[in-house]
Amino acid sequence: MMARKVVITGLGATTPIGGDVPTLWENALKGVSGAATLTDSWVEEYNLPVTFAARASVPATDVLSRVEAKRMDPSTQFAVVASREAWKDSGIEEFDRNKLAVAFATGIGGVWTLLDAWDTLREKGPRRVLPMTVPMLMPNGPAAAVSLDLGAEAGAHTPVSACASGTEAMHVGLELIRSGKADIVMVGGAEAAIHPMPIAAFSSMQALSRSNDNPQGASRPYDIDRNGFVMGEGAGALVLEAEEHALARGARIYAELAGTSVTSDAHHITAPDPQGLGATRALKAAMFDGLIQPEDVVHVNAHATSTPVGDKPEYTALKAALGDHLDDVWVSATKSQMGHLLGASGAVESVLTTLAIYNRKAPVTINLDNQDPEIPLKVVTGEPALLPAEGSIVALNNSFGFGGHNAVVAIRSV
Amino acid sequence: MASNEEILAGLAEIVNAETGLDVADVQLDKSFTEDLDIDSISMMTIVVEAEDKFEVKIPDEEVKNLKTVGDAVSFIAAAQA
Repeated sequence: MMARKVVITGLGATTPIGGDVPTLWENALKGVSGAATLTDSWVEEYNLPVTFAARASVPATDVLSRVEAKRMDPSTQFAVVASREAWKDSGIEEFDRNKLAVAFATGIGGVWTLLDAWDTLREKGPRRVLPMTVPMLMPNGPAAAVSLDLGAEAGAHTPVSACASGTEAMHVGLELIRSGKADIVMVGGAEAAIHPMPIAAFSSMQALSRSNDNPQGASRPYDIDRNGFVMGEGAGALVLEAEEHALARGARIYAELAGTSVTSDAHHITAPDPQGLGATRALKAAMFDGLIQPEDVVHVNAHATSTPVGDKPEYTALKAALGDHLDDVWVSATKSQMGHLLGASGAVESVLTTLAIYNRKAPVTINLDNQDPEIPLKVVTGEPALLPAEGSIVALNNSFGFGGHNAVVAIRSV
Repeated sequence: MASNEEILAGLAEIVNAETGLDVADVQLDKSFTEDLDIDSISMMTIVVEAEDKFEVKIPDEEVKNLKTVGDAVSFIAAAQA
């Protein structure tokens, strides 16, 4: 029996370069940076070595009601904002709650809530620790809030695999529909970790760019002068739907989620396998899963975080998976614009990859002044790249996370 | 020390901030759970806020006895005396 086909029928996002999908897409094609110097008092108070980040361009508290926001960690607030947009965009009105599931990821969870509560405990004592603290800090908070918001009764899942989390959520969603457990899955990822502690911690491990005097030029994947990633925040959400379910209600279908895969390096807790072997296996497995040949692939939204050690193994893996055809594939490194949204990045980049297939146009990479000669990819710079106007086309979205997590999704035109 | 009217008005503000309920809905005869639909988590938040605002102690074991807004106003007034 053929596996059920899964299609993408709704998109939502709140990001450093747009508080909704139309704004995000417009800016992704234009090539703008969402990074800026942080004005929070804690930057100076703790003498942080990194003084900038890419904040969500529209605060979630501007969109949600005060009472609603009060009970949610900022990561959950972003998840609810993005999923509401995706749900509205899908146009779904009638549905079976028993066949609606959620797979909403986060890399870090409710870090603001956790650390605020710790400060309160130390300064004011246990009585002042808010009773909502636990449900707000738990990493399944975003998935739980989205399931409550939509009335999803077929399960609410939280894939946690660091910076691969959002893409792994796509994989979980696909499996839930293929298995028949759900007809619709709200998938996504959310992150809100622009807090002094994670900044200090990522900085200690030398992962962050320290281009404090040039925030907008700091995230420069593939550039010879790349020196680390830029912290971003926000959420992305996609409505996955069984094809027959979408067709029966006459839905607008953006693309097919053709294949997904997840592998693990088992190599090192933070460093990627230098040969990109785990990433290669993930790429090949996602293509096999979607019955995709290298020649079908026209675009890759790369993980490309702008770290000196991370960008090259991804190239090696792409070369191993796509061979010489890679020379003809348009690659976009959208973290150059948005920074790295950690557990949300795979979801937001899946939104962009879906739009690239739907509009047959790939978003631009900024700050690529001197391309690293060891990474000879065909990178989209300056103007968006036009993808083939006719015929079936496929794009891949890669995400890799600390712990050796590799997740790949393949999105095909319909 | 606050009058009963002042305590009611102060409680209504706290309830409004926590739940979004209109301050006018917070009346002495209203039950927190039945009428105002306030769950146990919100109730504990309201209690802690009220302790700060009125400078009283409301022991955890006392909270279950505060069934109506009037019960809370009476308790706070007595605790302030």
